[in-house]
Amino acid sequence: MNKRIIARLDIKGPNLVKGIHLEGLRVLGKPELFARYYYEAGADEMMYVDVVASLYNRNSLHDIVTRTAKEIFIPLTVAGGIRTLDDIRDILRAGADKVSLNTTAIKRPEIIKEASRKFGSSTIVVTIEAIKQPDGRYISYTDNGREYTGIEVLRWATMVEALGAGEIVITSVDREGTGLGFDLELTKMVAETVSIPVIAHGGAGSLEDIKSVIKTGKADAVAVASMLHYEFISKKGINGDYKKEGNIEFLKSGRSFSKINMATIPEIKQYLYNQNVSCRHNLRTGQSNA
Amino acid sequence: MPEMNLGSVAIVDYEAGNLFSVEHACKAVGLKPVITNKPEDILKSDALILPGVGAFGDAMKSLHKLALDQPLRKFAASGKPFMGICLGMQLLFSRSEEFGEHEGLNLIEGDVVKFPSVNEYGEKNKIPQIGWNQINNPSEYRDKWHDTPLEQITNGEFMYFVHSFYAKPQNSENILTLTEYGGLEYCSAIIKKNIFATQFHPEKSASEGIKIYRYWANNIIGNREK
Repeated sequence: MNKRIIARLDIKGPNLVKGIHLEGLRVLGKPELFARYYYEAGADEMMYVDVVASLYNRNSLHDIVTRTAKEIFIPLTVAGGIRTLDDIRDILRAGADKVSLNTTAIKRPEIIKEASRKFGSSTIVVTIEAIKQPDGRYISYTDNGREYTGIEVLRWATMVEALGAGEIVITSVDREGTGLGFDLELTKMVAETVSIPVIAHGGAGSLEDIKSVIKTGKADAVAVASMLHYEFISKKGINGDYKKEGNIEFLKSGRSFSKINMATIPEIKQYLYNQNVSCRHNLRTGQSNA
Repeated sequence: MPEMNLGSVAIVDYEAGNLFSVEHACKAVGLKPVITNKPEDILKSDALILPGVGAFGDAMKSLHKLALDQPLRKFAASGKPFMGICLGMQLLFSRSEEFGEHEGLNLIEGDVVKFPSVNEYGEKNKIPQIGWNQINNPSEYRDKWHDTPLEQITNGEFMYFVHSFYAKPQNSENILTLTEYGGLEYCSAIIKKNIFATQFHPEKSASEGIKIYRYWANNIIGNREK
């Protein structure tokens, strides 16, 4: 199976943001500009996450989703603050192809079954936010890694599949935003247990990390954020107007994390291709930028 | 006919799947899409798209309930361009084994069957297939894509797929593309006179997918100009 590179955009209000361990959000720019750039560079899919939606009981992504869907013809998954079947229908109508559920699904697992029946399994993704416990067990969290549920990740993943979800995003909260590499043990454990595709998220800091989570972690797809975002900023500079919401000190300082190596999507694809990882590439140029 | 109706395309709404992206792809190539479940809208359109995500049996039930099966057959017989996408391709076949046996629209002879749970290499098959895969010309001897919506597509191009079932046409002449998944080679697009259908989603397959829509659209707009 061809492995997918998914550009993940965490969004707060009108801005693209990025945190560490899903916390401490920093403003990076206008999400539409990043999305357009990744689309043209050959991203296989796009994922928009309203990172504060659960916290504030809101979902404000509709307008951004609609604008994106008009010009970007690759699959778009939307997550964050989706609570009911009506919420799912609304976000699909706004132009999303899939939704990803977490907090709501843990509170009421039946929604996975209802939603996959109503909208099709392939439309319903479940995100599992995992934190490794001192005793080595992995436990599922909700609300961006804030709320402990006591539910073991593997048990939850098996249940999510049985209830009809089409894909699982496995987020390592421990690694998210750190650039320290994916939690390979966590990803492999889930990918080898379920039959549905598993998307690895949290920790990409280098090309090698992406390769490892595919080869060793058995991931079917990889969600990448910081590596791509910092490359975009380094090339295009700071864009847009950020007065409305968010802390832009980080952006103005021009710093990024030393742990995170920037990369474009074509660079990621070329590297994977050279490492014998099959992925979509450009047939006309022979390059891996589809 | 008034000028404004040139290139009208009915996107059949039978409560199965994401019509928004199909609608936007149509607009991007200059078509005038109408999302509808009314037989009269369908029959007066210049072209038709049968989209679809979900279960075969439920979809056929919906089509019967909305009394759309006969209009769809009638449209297909009219010779006007008819495109099926994903489940909308599978529904054109005679029958499916998805959750019990179901009769399809029977516009293309053949069956719809599930991917095996173990692939050709003895490994667990990831089902559904979700992601990008290549489409290939089925003939070594001739370009089967010539004069079809795939005319401008490179052999082996990547398209976006989401499915657990695949179609097996009885007549190999109907096979337009072949795709390999888990070592199994299957039919991923069909053609039969005015009917063109794809298992993949051209509207989710970036610029190459939009090329397919554009070729199909130019043909429709051309038809009306004759």
